Amino acid sequence: MGDALKIKVSRANFFYGTHQALHEVSMDIRDRFVTALIGPSGCGKSTFLRSLNRMNDLIPGARLVGNVELDGENIYSSGMDVIQLRRRVGMIFQRSNPFPMSIYENVAYGPRVNGITKKRVELDEIVERTLRGAALWEEVKDRLSRSAMSLSGGQQQRLCIARALAVEPEVILMDEPASALDPISTAKVEELIYQLKRDYSIVIVTHNMQQAARVSDETGFFLNGRLVEFSETKRLFTAPSMRETEDYITGRFG
Amino acid sequence: MRRLFDRAFVGITLSATLIIVAMLAVVVGNIVFHGKDRLSWEFISAAPEQGMTAGGIFPAIFGTVLLVLLMTLAAVPFGVLVAIYFAEYAKTESRVYRWTRMAVNNLAGVPSIVFGLFGLGFFIQTIGRGIDRGLYGGQLVYGQPSILWAAMTMAVLTLPVVIITVEETLRSVPREYREASLALGATRLQTIFRVVLPQAWSGVMTAAILAISRGAGEVAPVLFTGAAYFLPHLPERVNDQFMQLGYHIYILSTQSPDVEATKPLLYSTVLVLLVLTFLLNITAILIRNRMRQWATR
Repeated sequence: MGDALKIKVSRANFFYGTHQALHEVSMDIRDRFVTALIGPSGCGKSTFLRSLNRMNDLIPGARLVGNVELDGENIYSSGMDVIQLRRRVGMIFQRSNPFPMSIYENVAYGPRVNGITKKRVELDEIVERTLRGAALWEEVKDRLSRSAMSLSGGQQQRLCIARALAVEPEVILMDEPASALDPISTAKVEELIYQLKRDYSIVIVTHNMQQAARVSDETGFFLNGRLVEFSETKRLFTAPSMRETEDYITGRFG
Repeated sequence: MRRLFDRAFVGITLSATLIIVAMLAVVVGNIVFHGKDRLSWEFISAAPEQGMTAGGIFPAIFGTVLLVLLMTLAAVPFGVLVAIYFAEYAKTESRVYRWTRMAVNNLAGVPSIVFGLFGLGFFIQTIGRGIDRGLYGGQLVYGQPSILWAAMTMAVLTLPVVIITVEETLRSVPREYREASLALGATRLQTIFRVVLPQAWSGVMTAAILAISRGAGEVAPVLFTGAAYFLPHLPERVNDQFMQLGYHIYILSTQSPDVEATKPLLYSTVLVLLVLTFLLNITAILIRNRMRQWATR
């Protein structure tokens, strides 16, 4: 446990129409690791993240050339069920986006659409378990039928995490999940990531290098659509092997 | 000098606005003034009598409400389907989208009398006659003017406004909701019906309101497709003809044997049509507000 390969990306090139956003990116993402992706805006780290559950498919003209394997299976092969893929590889977005429904319905949405269960008792159980898993249960247990919009920004983001957990994913992708949150909420989300690592593989894009250093096991540094360096987080931040990485983490640019 | 022009222009725009308000006040005031005396419970609950110089207009009120309801039931679901295709599936830069969208816009500009003729030619003579030949051995059942075909014709007339309104509403639903839903392993169909459409209900209701406002007052589309000059009874089946307020007003003002005798009736009928359109709108607005409250609860 902890060393098995979960996602293997080999020589991925990504295009938006004629614009190439990723160049020959290869990366091994390990099971039950937190993998952080850092780099300046527009470096391709979000594009890379969204190619791991094929969210980029929604953008007209977007395509990937290369290989992305989840448990050894190429997710861009024609036989891949994208719906099933996205159930296995969940996603947390930069701006928390709970549905304008009740807290309960938000969490129950995934199990319902995936046909996991329709039974109220089982849904109740999933809702409680995942809200506990997202460290939100104690704050909302008495108002599950209230609108999710009544929650604070930090609570909304943890609700989104609970919602993602409810479909029992294997990998969770996080696109700057704490960038819109205050420091206390950010600390809670980071604590949560640390907890989730026991059961899930997590890939997190962040602008905050301290955050990457705090939560991740491995870190990749992107620049101009290329993966410049990818190594153990401690080593990347203390003894980077590439000049560009050092410039970036010491704040000389970006 | 420049300051003078500046002020004068403010005055001009304000006057133009006031003129519009005054015109509306004159129209409505005139109708209310002349129409109120003849208005009574009998007038809105009885059928016309003595060559429409006496009695009431209940069949016309009933026919108008039924027509508008049938029209809404046809136009809104159909329009929503088209809007879903436009907003959710069609690629905006594709040729198919550009052409179909242009067709819808052009449909909105077609004069209503043309819809009336289209309804006669398409719904009655083609579809209606076809049903009669196929199912009733050529006996005249659906191949004649009726409230069903009038409502369908009216639905085609109001479709563009429904499609355009609903498409805009669907587009205004934030992309984040769709992404969140898809990222949870929902299909596009589930995303549309469980996340996007519930967000767009108030837009769908707005579309219905606009369709109702348009449909309640139109006369030309029902001229050849189902409105009757005079019917002593109410329509009982969808293939019955019906009386309609707008058409009744036209009849009263052009076909009356005694112009002076029908004048008060005419004013009151116009007043009833105005009030009815207003009430239909209010009802739809109230339903929409209910839905909003329910959605943001």
